[in-house]
Amino acid sequence: MSDVFERVKKIVVENLDVEADKVTESASFIDDLGADSLDLVELVMAFEEEFNIEIPDDVQENIRTVGDAVTHIKAHVS
Amino acid sequence: MFDLSGRTALVTGASGGIGSAIAKALSEAGAKVALSGTREGVLEEVRAGLPGEGFVVTANLSDAESVNSLVGRAEEAAGSPLDILVANAGITRDKLLMQMKPEDFDDVMNVNLGSYYRLTKSVVRGMMKRRHGRIIGITSIVGVTGNPGQANYCASKAGMIGFTKAFAQEVASRGITANCIAPGFIESPMTDVLPDSQKEALLGQIPSGKLGQGSDIAAAAVYLASSEAAYVTGQTLHVNGGMAMI
Repeated sequence: MSDVFERVKKIVVENLDVEADKVTESASFIDDLGADSLDLVELVMAFEEEFNIEIPDDVQENIRTVGDAVTHIKAHVS
Repeated sequence: MFDLSGRTALVTGASGGIGSAIAKALSEAGAKVALSGTREGVLEEVRAGLPGEGFVVTANLSDAESVNSLVGRAEEAAGSPLDILVANAGITRDKLLMQMKPEDFDDVMNVNLGSYYRLTKSVVRGMMKRRHGRIIGITSIVGVTGNPGQANYCASKAGMIGFTKAFAQEVASRGITANCIAPGFIESPMTDVLPDSQKEALLGQIPSGKLGQGSDIAAAAVYLASSEAAYVTGQTLHVNGGMAMI
């Protein structure tokens, strides 16, 4: 499970085309990493595929930082 | 121009006059076409008449579950993801507003506009990933001009136009276009039975002096589905013989 953050980081770097060291737990996708709302939808789609989970719409709305994503993914991956 | 080889399309309402003409034209342009509707026998006939590969996937658009599963079933039947969605299915429950029951309004909105929302939502995910997609909503001239006795139908068709404009803006950066085609009066079994006097009055309102054909609408659909139309999005293409110039 410890690699969840690293896997999330890799996806974020690829999708948003940002420097890896900017992708910290506290980084906000929109405010710090330059994502728009559609980028965020695509990121969630990529997370769903990477971890083979389904992230419900109401949970997606609460994912604002990299840490939020990691927390939700950890909660959903068995 | 307008080569759709390698593309896969889903056409709803494909058993009707306009829907079957669209399916045929997409097929002629090289696309694989999944045909959806409620009348399986008629759909099979349409499929048999296609020059290319075709698949029948029945759906009842008044049933949300049936609509939600339609895209998946179409992709499974075709063996490839959908590049083109033509939302053509629609119903009418014509009545003066004074006589229009709540269910007359709700049913028309649900089938015509609600299914457009559901189909678009279920198809867009794959299109976003592939950075390509074509959504084509078949609306109607009356969605823009209004028509007495069709407040529900006009609302649903105007709704499709607004929906398309919003959605088109959301996904334009991902290579997906969304447009509407607004047919005027198209020759069909419905217009065939009109009395001559009514037909003449109708033709008097159409500058080109004749009813449209399903193939006129189909040609517009092939264009909007093509790579050449990549820079056209959020538009409503009026195909009506000049009956309304908007």
